[in-house]
Amino acid sequence: MTVDLRPLAPEVVVAAAALLALLADVFTRTSRARAVWWLVALVALGWAAGAVWTAGEGAFGVLYARDGLANALQLVGLAVAAGGMLLARDYLARVGLDRGEYYALVLLSTVGAMLMVASQDLLFLFVALETLSVPLYVLAGFARDSHRSQEASLKYFLLGSFASALLLYGVALVYGATGSTGLARLAGAEGSFPLLVGLGLVVVGLGFKAAVVPFHAWAPDVYEGAPVPAVAFMSVLAKVGAVGALVRLLPLTLPHLLPAWQPLLAALSAATMVVGNLAALRQTNLKRMLAYSSVSHAGYLLVGVAAGNGTGVWSAVYYLAAYAAMNLGAFGVLTFLERAGVEADEVEDLRGLADRSPALAAAFAVFMASLTGLPPTAGFVGKFYLFMAALQGGLLWLAVVGVITSVVSVAYYLRAAYAAYLGPGRAGVRLHPGPWAGVGLGVSAAATLLFGVLPGPLTTWAQRVAALLR
Amino acid sequence: MTVPASAYLLLSAALFTLGTVGVLVRRTALILFMSIELMLNAVNLAFVTLSRVHANLDGQLAVFFVLVVAAVEVVVGLSILVHIFRSRDTVDVDEVDLLRG
Repeated sequence: MTVDLRPLAPEVVVAAAALLALLADVFTRTSRARAVWWLVALVALGWAAGAVWTAGEGAFGVLYARDGLANALQLVGLAVAAGGMLLARDYLARVGLDRGEYYALVLLSTVGAMLMVASQDLLFLFVALETLSVPLYVLAGFARDSHRSQEASLKYFLLGSFASALLLYGVALVYGATGSTGLARLAGAEGSFPLLVGLGLVVVGLGFKAAVVPFHAWAPDVYEGAPVPAVAFMSVLAKVGAVGALVRLLPLTLPHLLPAWQPLLAALSAATMVVGNLAALRQTNLKRMLAYSSVSHAGYLLVGVAAGNGTGVWSAVYYLAAYAAMNLGAFGVLTFLERAGVEADEVEDLRGLADRSPALAAAFAVFMASLTGLPPTAGFVGKFYLFMAALQGGLLWLAVVGVITSVVSVAYYLRAAYAAYLGPGRAGVRLHPGPWAGVGLGVSAAATLLFGVLPGPLTTWAQRVAALLR
Repeated sequence: MTVPASAYLLLSAALFTLGTVGVLVRRTALILFMSIELMLNAVNLAFVTLSRVHANLDGQLAVFFVLVVAAVEVVVGLSILVHIFRSRDTVDVDEVDLLRG
């Protein structure tokens, strides 16, 4: 029997680039040589994206699906990885953390997310989830000598492995109920009690990764302590993997059990939007505020999953793409700032940014407007689609909660954006220009605006995913 | 006399609960870590039992994956713990508390 392994080419390319980056770093002494390997890794990401783009669709074995959802979310994941690498380079060189492992970990984590959105088997999903998570634990603690970074790493690790164990017990229960860990067998399964409990535990495990309330407690601490570029990367990539897996598991595999999981997902989504936005209101630390913002956005993404219809599925994909651009950008702005040798992460530190760098302040305002959901940005279009999906799915109340919490979020997002336009600058805060991070930020800002002004092409692209819904 | 499968599943559930409670109430990072390992091994027991119930090998295969992942977590987890212990002389999670708000 021969197996055609070509559908796996994108993952293989990224994994090979990760191993190459790790190996090359041992033999690399100078910063210039490091830059070469960094560029090689970026090219590998582009190559993998090209392979995904031309891969076509078609099932592959019983473990792995190369279908519309996998293709779409893998492209988003690769874009996030490229963004994460662009934002990290200047920052890491400045703070003296320029080591090749960083990029290897970013690439390995990306492989995990790519496999997660394509997995057709719960056990495979678990292994992919760990491939995504373990490098993220290390990235959170990458500033090894910083006590805060160490603490972020420890907390992320302990709570992350706890959630993985819960997910795994869920997989065991599903196996007990159906006799298989494959989604194919699950698709026709009756909603027996062990099956539903098992699915509940799997949802908890994935919800933890996406920072869904009440499993979000780690997010503010980890985001505050970890280095900014790592946070920018992990906040988006973990959501791509977790939401992609949830979409595949619930609306695509178990539409017949919709009455059982829809109330649970809708309740989680509503709680996440409310708690995330209210908690963000009282933060003065910008990283913590963006962490709660990231929690609330997990809630918006779950609106699409809870809706359970085709519109919900493709609008979740659209919103993931939009969220990748705006959230990478929002954290990306922070990589430029420094206060007394550490990251400038207070809202107050942004003061006077517009005088020092009008372009940076303008980009920051665009990201904040998009996270709020104001037109003409990608965030507005994405939220519009998600709430429309909720209405079509008969969840009017959830759409109302979403709109109200978005209005609440205006307060803290715009407070941060205003701070950038109010002078004078805070004493001791310095701005470090970085060419590569500038490129990453420019692309993010352009994408945020483009998806908002001309949503057509991205919408058509995302809508192809809905064809998977039976 | 053979022990029924339900007995193994109950034992697995009990061990898993013990692990979960351990994670929630204990404060030493090392003990938390051990509790998580207990949860993973409870899952292994469930997989092996269910594999026998269903008379297929999927469950036993799963155990290998779980063991490998548990080993990976040990490597990363212990290196994080050792690093923290070196710089602060404690692994009590209540004393590792710079981040809050």
